[in-house]
Amino acid sequence: MGTVFTIDVRAPVAAASAAASVVDEVAAWLHHVDATFSTYRPDSVVSELAAGRVKPADCPAEVTDVLAACERYRATTDGYFDCRYAGRFDPSGYVKGWAIEQASKLLEQRGAVNHCVNGGGDVQCAGNPEPGQQWTVGIVDPHDRSRVLATVSGERLAVATSGPAERGGHIVDPHSGDRPTAWSSITVVGTRLAEVDVFATAAVAMGPLAAGWLRKHGLRALLVRPDGSVIITP
Amino acid sequence: MKRVIFAITGTVVGLVGLLSFKSHGVSLAPVANAPVPTGPVPSTPVPRTPAPRSVAPAANGTHAAPKRYAGPAVQTPYGVVQVAVVVSGGHIRAVRLPRLTAFDSTSQMINSQAAPILVRETMSAQSARIHAVSGATYTSEGYLQSLQAALDKAGR
Repeated sequence: MGTVFTIDVRAPVAAASAAASVVDEVAAWLHHVDATFSTYRPDSVVSELAAGRVKPADCPAEVTDVLAACERYRATTDGYFDCRYAGRFDPSGYVKGWAIEQASKLLEQRGAVNHCVNGGGDVQCAGNPEPGQQWTVGIVDPHDRSRVLATVSGERLAVATSGPAERGGHIVDPHSGDRPTAWSSITVVGTRLAEVDVFATAAVAMGPLAAGWLRKHGLRALLVRPDGSVIITP
Repeated sequence: MKRVIFAITGTVVGLVGLLSFKSHGVSLAPVANAPVPTGPVPSTPVPRTPAPRSVAPAANGTHAAPKRYAGPAVQTPYGVVQVAVVVSGGHIRAVRLPRLTAFDSTSQMINSQAAPILVRETMSAQSARIHAVSGATYTSEGYLQSLQAALDKAGR
């Protein structure tokens, strides 16, 4: 249990002491997110909200911001991204990408403008790994995790991959209640991780509708079928 | 170049900065069936990462062995935090924030169905100049066998 984070910070913040300080802050932020949003912690704000022990109006702004974002994305994804599915309130599908994206902004604010943060396979990059070089993220073959299917490059680059089995559970189509089987994995690429993370999750839930929905929204994605065949959108 | 690896236990309260930013273009290059070579290790040595110990940081060293130093163990309201820093090469990595459950769904945990993953992929990832990998979510257990772990060890 628990997500592993890798924070890769390049020059100009490369001196160990400055790096330690800025990475400390990122670690602190992620722990704060955990304390606030974890559905496994009965004392988290989200758990208290879910249990009705506190009202949204009494929550910290960041919680209400997350709730509002989840609601917007529920609409954008035609209900396939739904943090209130089956009567349970669980925004973790949005929180992870959002937390990492916020960590990236924090790094920038501290002068660490060239960095790559990877939280359990959700990646947010900014700047350049080396002068004139772009960040390159490999997309793992869901059928053989020792292989890389494709790479994607960019400077401000966000990459999120979802699959039917995720975070120890399963993605469910909120409309049918079924587990979608059309795709082994869907990777969505963009510049902002919170959003591509939501779209990747929603796309998996959409099943056969995913490629069309991603194309309609002009999203760059790599979709892998159980037979190993691949679609790239748009 | 410098590489820094942190092992952080416990929790602290932190601050958040919010910024606006511009977007950049993104290119996608499919790699059709990129096989994993089982050939020899490439010329750049991959340093192993034993337990952290106190060592003074090097002034330079493109291929110098990793330098490690341990920060103080700090008592916080949320537990003890200790940072172990590894400096080697030109960039910094921080790894392993265990027991963060905010990112897990409330669905019941199931065992990973993935077969054990070989770490030899490090080499192909290095030669392809990949800085990070995206795939199914890595739990702490799966991380150790993941490509990302291999990249971290190699200091990409």
